[in-house]
Amino acid sequence: MMHEPERSIGNLLSNLPCKSKVVGALDWHREAGNVRAAGGQLLTLWGADDRDRDGSFRIFAAYLLDDGIEVLEHAMGNGITPTYPSLAELFPCALHMERAVYDLLGIASMEPDHRGWLRHGGWPRSEFPLRRDFDASRQFAIDSQPYPFVQVEGDGVHEIAVGPVHAGTIEPGHFRFSVVGEKVLRLEERLGYTHKGVSKRFEQMQQAEGHRLAARLSGDSAVAFSWAYCAALEAITHTGCPPRAANLRALALEHERLANHLGDLGALGNDAGFAFGLTQFSRMKEDLLRLNVAAFGARYLLDFVQPGGVATELPEDTPRLLLDHYLVLEERVSGLRVIYDNHAGLQDRFREAGTLSRESAVKLGAVGLAGRASGVPLDLRVHHPWPPYDRMKPKLVMQSTGDVAARVYQRFDEVFESLRLCRMILENSVAGPIQADCPLAEPDRLGLGLIESWRGPVIIALESGPGGTIRRCHAHDSSWQNWPLIEYAILSNIVPDFPLINKSFNLSYSGHDG
Amino acid sequence: MRAISFVRQFLEVVLAIAIAPLFTGWIAQCRAWLQNRSAPSLLQPYRMLRKLFFKDVVLAQNASALFRATPYVLFGTMVLAAAIIPSLVTDLPLARVADSIALVGLFATARVFLSLAAMDIGTAFGTLGARREMMIGFLAEPALLMVLFNAFMLFGSTSLPSLVDGYRAHQSVVDPSVIFAAVAFVMVLLAENARIPIDNPSTHLELTMIHEAMLLEYSARHLALVEWASSLKLFNYACIGFALFLPWGIATHGADGGWPLLVAIAALLGKLVIAGAALALIESLSAKLRIFRAPEYLAMAFLLAVLGLLVHLLLGA
Repeated sequence: MMHEPERSIGNLLSNLPCKSKVVGALDWHREAGNVRAAGGQLLTLWGADDRDRDGSFRIFAAYLLDDGIEVLEHAMGNGITPTYPSLAELFPCALHMERAVYDLLGIASMEPDHRGWLRHGGWPRSEFPLRRDFDASRQFAIDSQPYPFVQVEGDGVHEIAVGPVHAGTIEPGHFRFSVVGEKVLRLEERLGYTHKGVSKRFEQMQQAEGHRLAARLSGDSAVAFSWAYCAALEAITHTGCPPRAANLRALALEHERLANHLGDLGALGNDAGFAFGLTQFSRMKEDLLRLNVAAFGARYLLDFVQPGGVATELPEDTPRLLLDHYLVLEERVSGLRVIYDNHAGLQDRFREAGTLSRESAVKLGAVGLAGRASGVPLDLRVHHPWPPYDRMKPKLVMQSTGDVAARVYQRFDEVFESLRLCRMILENSVAGPIQADCPLAEPDRLGLGLIESWRGPVIIALESGPGGTIRRCHAHDSSWQNWPLIEYAILSNIVPDFPLINKSFNLSYSGHDG
Repeated sequence: MRAISFVRQFLEVVLAIAIAPLFTGWIAQCRAWLQNRSAPSLLQPYRMLRKLFFKDVVLAQNASALFRATPYVLFGTMVLAAAIIPSLVTDLPLARVADSIALVGLFATARVFLSLAAMDIGTAFGTLGARREMMIGFLAEPALLMVLFNAFMLFGSTSLPSLVDGYRAHQSVVDPSVIFAAVAFVMVLLAENARIPIDNPSTHLELTMIHEAMLLEYSARHLALVEWASSLKLFNYACIGFALFLPWGIATHGADGGWPLLVAIAALLGKLVIAGAALALIESLSAKLRIFRAPEYLAMAFLLAVLGLLVHLLLGA
């Protein structure tokens, strides 16, 4: 079982400080324990089929520690089912990731839960799409199998099945509630309905076009994903992004954060039955999207971030326009914050609904906005700033109560902080080129791009192939960590509060399902 | 009993059926304005009904006759209710066979049928909605009855038309108990008609729904009838409110001829415009209550109505 690796990832490169280590099965688990003990977090888990290279499968885990990223690599021989020790008991969020790795690659953790996570019968149990000998153009008959949810027994306990098709126009996901009356005893999520095979698609693309696919993985985090991809590619090609381009990327990222937070604040009001909030915030979001057209040439910034830089420079008069608009925006958001604060009905719905204590958040590995709302101090922009955030010094914004209200106020506070950062970018504008040449990467380099999106860290792990091809590209959204949080946040709440609680997290289905 | 009474009775019912969707449309329009949105047309509910009537019904395989019959029962009970509420005239031949206790019973019948139909298909949401509806219903009904008893204490009758006649006879009397009863009535009206703060008629979140959850399996003409019945119910509640608290303009016994009737129609439309705007304002200012706050809300309505009774007894004694 202890396979001696022939290739190491000593040449791992990233936009954040990082180190890597090749480990055997025992150390795979022991090192994870050390990380846990040191207060580190599991960022992402991915596998690769390297049988063409050295006859083995590999599993990678990226951890976030105080001094940067640590990536562990473990190689497995090509047995009937290659296996590795599970991380789920140390990092509960690993469970879904391990199930997904099995569905795509056929390498299994020793965790007994082998129900399909991404595989919903679209391909047979014996096929693994991310293996190199799998032909992506093959078609299979749908073969859906029953999915045994964990049953709750007791007097008067019954199940409510919600989704994957919902009454509103939202993404598909299934939620199985076990309830007594209106009280939720257990919630089990089932995702994977929007699995599109993005990882496999990456392998058919050139390095120079991958950012476009990355941007489309989850439309609300387009800038973050395309930046993460470009960061990974620039790391392995040793391309320096010009300062001006980095500034514009940050401006676009903060605009994305603003637009999503404004939309969510309105939607949270609406889900509590306060439609006035929705119309006010929707209008502000719309104004911002129109400003995006003026500044970046598009409402949603799908193709703005490119390898080596950005697509366009700001037009001549837009900095003034943007700065003026930030003032208006700040005043309006402040006004609405007062209304949200003083509305007894809204406060009654928000407070103590869907509480995720700091203790559970730490234990479950909460990241991003939801983590900070529960008092987990983690923001890559603050703790591991990459250019230009290293100069801008963003402030850490945090709440402590972990309920819906905390996630609402987290958004309000982040809106103000984002506006401050946007202003800083425009007022301390540096001139210079917006694009550097990005050469083809040497084959077999592994690059890691990490960007703090509005939802949490997004990660791209990019391995280069020969001649500018992509050998393997793994995209990870923070929703992987945060979806399981909702299963805990809903406990002992009532069924009709679920939509509000779910909205307060507002996680991505598409970004998660990949 | 004169033939003209029947003509007026008929006219009142037809008018109620015809303008009930208009009232719903007016509230939607006011809500949109209050939220700074551009409003849908006043005729939007009619367009919706027309669209639904031209669609083909999609029926669950295990739908029973009860499920198919319920839309007709709902519509029928609401039309019957409209017939015994003096919205235009008090000289209503049908009102003699059913007093307002029977009216509450009619609403209860509709509720029972809709709840049973919601559970008939066997989906989780139908049952969820039905369960919540029954919870709201059993709390709202006593509160409504208490409001009606307030009025009966004043005029000694349980028939709404004679109540209005009674009011018109002593126009100067504004009993303080009426104010308590009126507030309680508005609270019950919001709860019974699936409005904010109890329910949200425009939500798309299936887990929070009460009324809408029961209708999820209905389509086409069935859905049209249920929606129309909902509009009629709201219209009926508004007219009960007018009869109890703002009876001015309603053509009383002995007021023959076309003129009082025209005045009555104008008065009704005016009152609907004001009431619709007021309802939209209340809804826009409030958030939806957490569902377990609904009992407190309805208990408050009940308490106010009882206070009204006490005030009347103490002041009247």
